[in-house]
Amino acid sequence: MAALGAAAACERKSESGATSTTGDIPVGMYASLTGDGASFGQSSREGTELALAEVNAAGGLLGGRKLALLMEDDQSKPEEASNAVTKLITQDKVVAVLGEVASRRSLAAAPIAQRYKVPMITPASTNERVTDVGDYIFRVCFIDPFQGEVLAKFAYNDLKARKVAVLKDISEDYSVGLTDSVVKHFTALGGQVLDPVSYSKGDPDFKAVLTKIRGQRPDVIFATGYYTEAAIIVRQARELGMMMPILGGDGWVGEPLKNGREALKNTFISNHYSGDNPDPLVQNFRKNYRAKFNQEPDSIAALAYDAVKVLADAITRAGSTDGVKLRDALATSDVPGVTGHLKMNAKRNVDKPAVIQEVTFVDGDVKFVYRATVSPN
Amino acid sequence: MDTFFQQVINGLSLGAIYALIALGYTMVYGVLRLINFAHGDVYMLGAFAGYYLANALNLDAHPSVLYAIGVTIGSMAICAVIGILIERLAYRPVRHHSRLTSLITAIGVSLLLEYGGQVVFGATPRFFPQMIRSETYSIGDVQITNQSLLIIVMSVVVMFALQFIVHRTRIGKAMRATSYNLSVAKLMGINTDFVIAFTFALGSALAAAGGVLVALAIPRIDPLMGLMTGLKAFVAAVLGGIGNIPGAMLGGFLIGLMETALSATAYSTYRDAVAFAVLILILLVRPAGILGTSVTEKV
Amino acid sequence: MGPLRKVVALVGTIAILAALNHVFESGLGDFQINPYYARIINLIGINITLAVSLNLINGLAGQFSIGHAGFMAVGGYTATFVTVYYGAAIAGLVGGTLNGGPGTFVVMAVSLSAGALAAALAGLLVGVPSLRLKGDYLAIVTLGFGEIIRVIILNIPAVGGATGFTDALPITTFFWIFGVAIATIAIVRNIARSTFGRALSAIRGDEIAAEAMGVRTTRYKVMAFVVSSALAGVAGGLSGQLFANPLNPQNLNFVKSIEIVVMIVLGGIGSITGAVVGAATLTVLPEALRGFDQQFPGLRMVLYALLLILFMIFRPQGLFGRRELGWTWLRLPGRTKIPVALSDSADARQHTGRRPTDRRSTLGGSDTDE
Repeated sequence: MAALGAAAACERKSESGATSTTGDIPVGMYASLTGDGASFGQSSREGTELALAEVNAAGGLLGGRKLALLMEDDQSKPEEASNAVTKLITQDKVVAVLGEVASRRSLAAAPIAQRYKVPMITPASTNERVTDVGDYIFRVCFIDPFQGEVLAKFAYNDLKARKVAVLKDISEDYSVGLTDSVVKHFTALGGQVLDPVSYSKGDPDFKAVLTKIRGQRPDVIFATGYYTEAAIIVRQARELGMMMPILGGDGWVGEPLKNGREALKNTFISNHYSGDNPDPLVQNFRKNYRAKFNQEPDSIAALAYDAVKVLADAITRAGSTDGVKLRDALATSDVPGVTGHLKMNAKRNVDKPAVIQEVTFVDGDVKFVYRATVSPN
Repeated sequence: MDTFFQQVINGLSLGAIYALIALGYTMVYGVLRLINFAHGDVYMLGAFAGYYLANALNLDAHPSVLYAIGVTIGSMAICAVIGILIERLAYRPVRHHSRLTSLITAIGVSLLLEYGGQVVFGATPRFFPQMIRSETYSIGDVQITNQSLLIIVMSVVVMFALQFIVHRTRIGKAMRATSYNLSVAKLMGINTDFVIAFTFALGSALAAAGGVLVALAIPRIDPLMGLMTGLKAFVAAVLGGIGNIPGAMLGGFLIGLMETALSATAYSTYRDAVAFAVLILILLVRPAGILGTSVTEKV
Repeated sequence: MGPLRKVVALVGTIAILAALNHVFESGLGDFQINPYYARIINLIGINITLAVSLNLINGLAGQFSIGHAGFMAVGGYTATFVTVYYGAAIAGLVGGTLNGGPGTFVVMAVSLSAGALAAALAGLLVGVPSLRLKGDYLAIVTLGFGEIIRVIILNIPAVGGATGFTDALPITTFFWIFGVAIATIAIVRNIARSTFGRALSAIRGDEIAAEAMGVRTTRYKVMAFVVSSALAGVAGGLSGQLFANPLNPQNLNFVKSIEIVVMIVLGGIGSITGAVVGAATLTVLPEALRGFDQQFPGLRMVLYALLLILFMIFRPQGLFGRRELGWTWLRLPGRTKIPVALSDSADARQHTGRRPTDRRSTLGGSDTDE
C-alpha cells in the first residue's frame, strides 16, 4: 500500500470557472492512430490539424489566443480511450474534447466529458446513443437511423430492390446499429429482408456467408461494416459470380477500400460529404487539404474539419472557454460546414442531408461519384 | 446442391489456409516442444516481404507467374533468415529455462512483431499486388478462383514434402532424434543447434509461402493479420495432434469446413467459437489430438 | 498473532480503506486527487486482484492457464447485469438507492457475489474436464474457453453486444477495489500456507509423485481453479462498474489474458508480492510511456514487448522469484513460524507440469534457471 501514497499525486481543488483567460487554448483529441481503426484516426487527425491551422492563421480566438491541440492515441481500444480522455480533461485541462470516430470508443469516453462538464464533439460517431450520454456531448454527423433510412430508400426507390440481404459485423456496434436501421426502414417500405448474416472483424474469408446469400437470390446486398472488410466482401462476392449492387454506409470510407478494385463496380455508399459539391467552402477545403497533405480528403477528414469549425465558432460566441458557457454556445451552433449546414438540434445532433455516392475504381484509385442527396424529413 | 458443393469448396479453401500455417506450427512444436506463438506473425512478415518484392518488380501492372514464384521464394528466404534470428536471439537463450519462460518469450516475440509491424508498415491494411491474373473457374454454379486452387494444392504438396524431409532424409532423422531427446541426440554427435535452426528456417519459410499465397487470394494485408488466423491454425495443429504433420493438415481442413458449415446456418455469429469448442471436445476424448499418439507417463 | 490482533488488523484495514476512499471520492479539505491518477490507481487495484488470483493457479499449482480474461468476463458481465437489471430493487429492499449510501453498498456486495459465483461455476465447468490435461494443452483449452465466452457475449444484446456493457452504473469505488485486492492477497496467501497450498505445491513439484503420496491432485487443482476464477470474476465486476470503463468483449480477449500472465511473470511467478508489483508496473508503464505517442504512435507497445523478451532472457524468474516481502499481518494466527514451502528453489523449474520425457530432454540445462 505504501506505493499508493507515493503515486497519488494530489493537487489543489480548482475553483469552478477558474479556467485561464490568457495563453493558448488547449483542445484535446483522442483518436485511433494505431490498431485496426488507424485509417479513421489518421484522417480525423489531418482534418483537425488543417482546421486548427486555419483558425490560428486567421488570428486565433478570443482576441488572438491560439488553439493548441493535445493528441492522444487510444490504440482502437475503448479502455484506452477512457484513460486518454481522463488524462486530457483532468491533467491537461483541455477546454473541449474532439473524437472519436468509432461509436464504441466515443461511448466509452463520453461519460467522462459529461462528468467533468467539458464539451465533447465527435466528428463521425453515428450511433444514436452517443449523444444520449448527456448534454455535453455533441456531434457533427448524421445518425445511423437516418443513414439506414437513406440506404433503404435508395435501394427500394432507385435500385428497385424488393429482396435484400444484409451482412453485418457482429463485433462492431456501428455495423449492428446500421443493420437494425436498414432492416427496419426497408421492411417499412414493403421490401423483404433476408435473415442478416454475420461475420466478425478480421475474418479472412466471407465466401461461406456469401454463398449462403447467393442461394437466396437477393436483389441487393447491404454490407454494413467498415472499410477493412468491405473491400474483401465485395471482391469475394464477385468471385462467386454475385454481380448485384452492394451498398454500404459511411464506414466504407477509408484508404483500404481500394483493395476491392474492379469488383467495386456497382457498389454505392451513403456519405457525409461529396468532393464534387461546387460550394466554394468545399472546394477551398479540398484545395487546402491537398496542399497540406498531398491527397484528397475523405469524409472523416471533412467531418473532423467541421468539428473544429463548430468548436471555434462556439468559443467565439461564448466569449469564454468556460465549460458551461461553451456548452450553451455549442447547443445553438448554426454554421455552414463542408459536410453541409451544421445546425445543432435539441438532441445535440445535426440535421443535414446525406449523399449517395457510387463507388468506382479509376486509374488505380477509388472515386466516389455523386448520385443523390437525401434530406431528413 | 450447387450451394452445398460451393460451400465444400469454400471450406477447403479456408481450411487450406489454416493447414499451411499449421504445418509450420506443428513442426516447430514437434522438435522443440515450444508453442511458437510468433509463427502467425512470421506469416504476416512473409506477406509483407512479398508485398515489397512484388511492388519493387511492379508485378501489379505486369502479372507474371514466373516472377510470382520468384517473389514467393524471395519472401521465403527472407523469413527463413528472420526465423533463424528469432531462434538465435530470443528462443535459444531461454531454451534451458522452464517451458513457461519459453512460452512467454514466444508471446513477447509475437507482440514485438505485431506492434513493430504497426510502426514500420503502418496499421492501415494494404493491397497485395496481383502477381497472378485472377481467374475464376466454374462448373455449373460452383466457382473457385485459381488462387484458392493454388492454396489447396500447395498445402497438400507442402505436407508431402515435409513428410519426406522428416522421414526420409538425414536432417529429418536428426530432427526426429532431437525431438525424441535433445541431450542424447547431442551426445550422439548431432549438432542440435543446427537442427533447431534448420527447423525454424523451414517453418518460417513455410509461413512466408503461406503468407504470400493467402495474400494473393485475399489481397488485404495488415500487421495484425497473423493474430486470429495464426491462433486458429495453431488450434488446427493441436486438433490434428500437434507434432504430427498429416494431422496438422487434417486439423486445418476440418476447422475450415466446420467454420464454413456453421456460417451456412443461422448461427454464423458463433463462427469464431467453433474452432475452440471442437478443440476442447476433441482434447477431452483424445488428449493428444486426432492423429497424435499419447505418451504414457513413466515415473 | 492472536485472534484479537487479527480483529484489530481487520478493523484497522477497513478503517484505513474507508478513510482513503473518502479522500478519493470527495477530497480532503482543499485537496483532491487528480482524477487521472485516481483512475490509474483504481486500475492497479483491479489488476492486482487479477494477477494475484491467476498466480494461485499458475504460480502455486503450476497449471498454465491463459484464459483468465474469460472468467473475468463471466463474473464482470454477471455482476453488471445484476446491478443494471435488479440493482434498484435490491437497493429498495434495504431502503436505499443506487446513488451511494447503504443501498449501493448492498447492491455492490450482491453483484460482486453473483459475479464470483458465476465465474466459480464457469471455473468448475472448465476445470473438471480440462485439468486432466497438462501443460500446453491446458493452456490451449483455457485460451479456447476465453474466446468462446467472448463470442457468446457478443451475441447477447441485453449486455450490450459489441458496444460493450455501457448501461453499467458507476458504483465501483476505491474502497471496494482495494478491499477486494487485499482480501484476494489474504486468501491466496492463506491458501499457500494451508494443507491445500502444500498439496498444490506438491503438484507443481511433481504431479505423479504427489499422486503417489496420496494427494488428490485433480480435486486440489479444480479447487484452486475455481477459487482463482471466482476472484477473477470479482475483478471483472469491479472493472465493469468502474466509471467510464464498460466491459467490452473486444477487450476481454486472449490478449487481455496474456497481459495478466505477463504481470505475474514479470513479478516472479509464484510470488504474491511479485504479482502485486507486476500488476502495478504494467498498469503504470503504458501510461507513463504515453509521451511517446505524440511523436511515434505505437512505439510504446514495441518497447513493452521488447522489455518482456529481455526480461525472459536475463531474469526469467521475474523481479521477485518466489520470494515475498513481509505480509505477516495477513497471516492466519499460529502459522507464522512455518517456513514457506514456496521458496524452495528446487520446484521452481518444474512448474509447467513437464512430463518425464521432457525433463530428460533438457537434462543438464534445467538447473540453470534459479
